[in-house]
Amino acid sequence: MRMSGARMVLECLKREGVDTIFGLPGGAVLPIYDVLYDFEGLRHILVRQEAAAGHAAEGYSRTTGKIGVCLVTSGPAATNLVTALQDAMMDSIPIVAFTGQVPTHLIGNDAFQEADNVGITRPCTKHNFLVKDGKDIGPIIREAFHIASTGRPGPVHIDLPKDVLVKEAEMIWPERVHLRSYNPTVDGHPGQIKRAAKSIVRAKRPVLYVGGGVISADAHAELRELAELTQVPLTQTLMGLGAFPMAHPLSLDMLGMHGSYYANMAVHHSDRLVAVGARFDDRVTGRVDAFAPNAEIIHIDVDPSSISKNIKVDVPIVGDCRRVLAKLVEAVREELKQEVPAAVREARQQWAQQVAEWKRDFPLRYDWSDDVIKPQYVIQELSNLTNGEAFIVTGVGQHQMWAAQYYRFKHPRRWCTSGGLGTMGYGLPTAMGVQAAHPGKLVVNVDGDGSFQMNSQEMATCFTENLPVKTIIINNSGHGMVRQWQRIIYKERYCAIDLPGIPDWVKLAEAYGCVGLRVTKPSEVVPALEKMLATPAPVILDVCVDKDECVFPMVPAGGANTDMILSPPSREKKEQAARAQTGF
Amino acid sequence: MSTSNGSGSGEPRKHTISVLVENRFGVLSRVAGLFSARGYNIESLSVGETLDPAVSRMTLVVTGDEFIIEQVTKQLHKLIDVIKVSDLTDDRHVERELVLIRVNAEPQHRAEILRTVDIFRAKVVDVTPISFILEATGDEGKIEALIELLRPMGIQEIVRTGKVAITRGPKTKAARKVEQPKRPRPVDDPRVVGFAD
Ligand SMILES: Cc1ncc(C[n+]2csc(CCOP(=O)(O)OP(=O)(O)O)c2C)c(N)n1
Repeated sequence: MRMSGARMVLECLKREGVDTIFGLPGGAVLPIYDVLYDFEGLRHILVRQEAAAGHAAEGYSRTTGKIGVCLVTSGPAATNLVTALQDAMMDSIPIVAFTGQVPTHLIGNDAFQEADNVGITRPCTKHNFLVKDGKDIGPIIREAFHIASTGRPGPVHIDLPKDVLVKEAEMIWPERVHLRSYNPTVDGHPGQIKRAAKSIVRAKRPVLYVGGGVISADAHAELRELAELTQVPLTQTLMGLGAFPMAHPLSLDMLGMHGSYYANMAVHHSDRLVAVGARFDDRVTGRVDAFAPNAEIIHIDVDPSSISKNIKVDVPIVGDCRRVLAKLVEAVREELKQEVPAAVREARQQWAQQVAEWKRDFPLRYDWSDDVIKPQYVIQELSNLTNGEAFIVTGVGQHQMWAAQYYRFKHPRRWCTSGGLGTMGYGLPTAMGVQAAHPGKLVVNVDGDGSFQMNSQEMATCFTENLPVKTIIINNSGHGMVRQWQRIIYKERYCAIDLPGIPDWVKLAEAYGCVGLRVTKPSEVVPALEKMLATPAPVILDVCVDKDECVFPMVPAGGANTDMILSPPSREKKEQAARAQTGF
Repeated sequence: MSTSNGSGSGEPRKHTISVLVENRFGVLSRVAGLFSARGYNIESLSVGETLDPAVSRMTLVVTGDEFIIEQVTKQLHKLIDVIKVSDLTDDRHVERELVLIRVNAEPQHRAEILRTVDIFRAKVVDVTPISFILEATGDEGKIEALIELLRPMGIQEIVRTGKVAITRGPKTKAARKVEQPKRPRPVDDPRVVGFAD
């Protein structure tokens, strides 16, 4: 079939099963928008800034498991998109991003709205393509979708010169994609799996440490089976939240810099650490030489380069988390047919007891106040009122950590947060993408007053595209997380952190045709949340909270995970933290 | 357990890494970009077509301890256009580089230079009354030795290629498959006879 390159792009997307694209038009991609005018079967959501199109595609992808798609024009639009691409790269989120490009004969000429798009996105995508000929559009889109979604998922970028979009060409649609240079390993090595099973069954103080890889491989059921079969306590990373129900007796909640005391202690004292789909990020490990110093480390990951990158691994298993876990469960069952030595059984009992004690004696806690709203309380009540079932998206900062700590997740793919890149402004556009994928479902964006302002223009998209996202602004009139660091590590030399209560969030919501609510007293929190949840329109709920509140526990960057600060520190602790500090 | 950035990870040394890549637009910048993004140093890099014109071979020389080299090879492999990565350092292999040297050749030194050229099986490829251009190939040690011997005469300029390397002995079956040309190349292909000089 012959058709224009522009039509071919949309036709291919439809064949790939895409139903929604997030985008913003401009000169170089006008041929595509011209076809879109009366093209059936694709919903286009018009965002207000290109980074938002990328984040929305991320939200769509993270909560559906499908590939998110965005489309923007050349030059400034492509450069606007870069943050979202790097965000998806760091968090291994499969999206396919299209950018326009100047016509091929002008490439390299410093033409109007030209940028070296593929040069710019090369390091922040899993792969990228510059299409030079219309007949390549089909095969390239096929390859892009294949590459984005297999192996370690990630963003793929396709740059489309305008003349390629205009010219007609024969559409080629390969049935199968075969790349001789790209064959990710999916099945784990059987010998290694057996070794791991033996090791786990004989461990005296084992811990499971699971990350976002479990979510992207949809391996939660297999994970739960393994945990329950072996009765090994389990901690999740920021990216892994939802992989395992937090109310489960084996759950140790989140680990790392703002992880729970009991998770960090359990990992530190473990003799076997089973990492599944996690990458030993520095926010998880703290000082690497003090991380799980006595543990044999078993690491299951689809990306071989994650293994032994930060921490030396004793039993590496490269493969798809779901397949490997299923095989591991089988292997453990086989091992359990033999008698477990009495000494091991006894040690395991003691370990369970020790972990339970840590959990009982050092729970997540904050001081209640009758006068001023504690941010943790807002999240707790949100979790109660929504029964842990809502889609939760966040910005970056203290509110993000409180959401991670206090929302009691039950299911995978309900949590979107910018883990690797820590992108402020991620919240609202990502929530939009989630809402577009799940019409009629409750999507809550827990945001900070700083982060929200980085993409607040998207309230207009929420309004016009009927995406009733509920935004809760944990409003501490400032860059709370920066303030916390300056308070604890930089001796209270507060600098460039105040946001003076501008704009008025209620009025801003109203200006966008949405609903604005504000609370300032603890007693108002629950009624306001109820009202927000009952409102069909997009809402901004401005919650004025205690600006002195800090996120605890906290491991100062470069510190060991056992050096957790559990409550506002003494002067001596602060000085210690300042000394341990190696970088923000 | 020990940390990978800690001690005990072996001494840094030079590795010769051979990489087969799809001969596509941008592939060199993907490889070069990987090195700069991750802070690894490439000491030399050479690229050329293989028997299959759709495949190129890059030969990289990188210095690092075993953890760095492990990461380098894994990261290279992660690039979508990379077909195969092999670290030749501990395999039996032949390494060569080529050097062009412009050296002063005053009458009183000419004989000695020519003797050196002879010993090193080098060639004089350009002659003027006061200078020679010499061409030599060999492994790094030989090239270094030649340069040291010529230094006292006054070297004006040195141009060196990156290193190329190939394993000794016959090819394994798997490796042969990758480089099998898709169609035989016509004998009159100028690229086939392009090496004579
Ligand atoms: C784009 C971007 N710029 C700067 C930062 C550094 N940073 C991290 S947290 C933070 C403050 C966030 O403030 P806010 O969104 O109000 O959240 P809070 O910590 O107050 O809950 C800043 C500036 C970042 N993460 N992202």
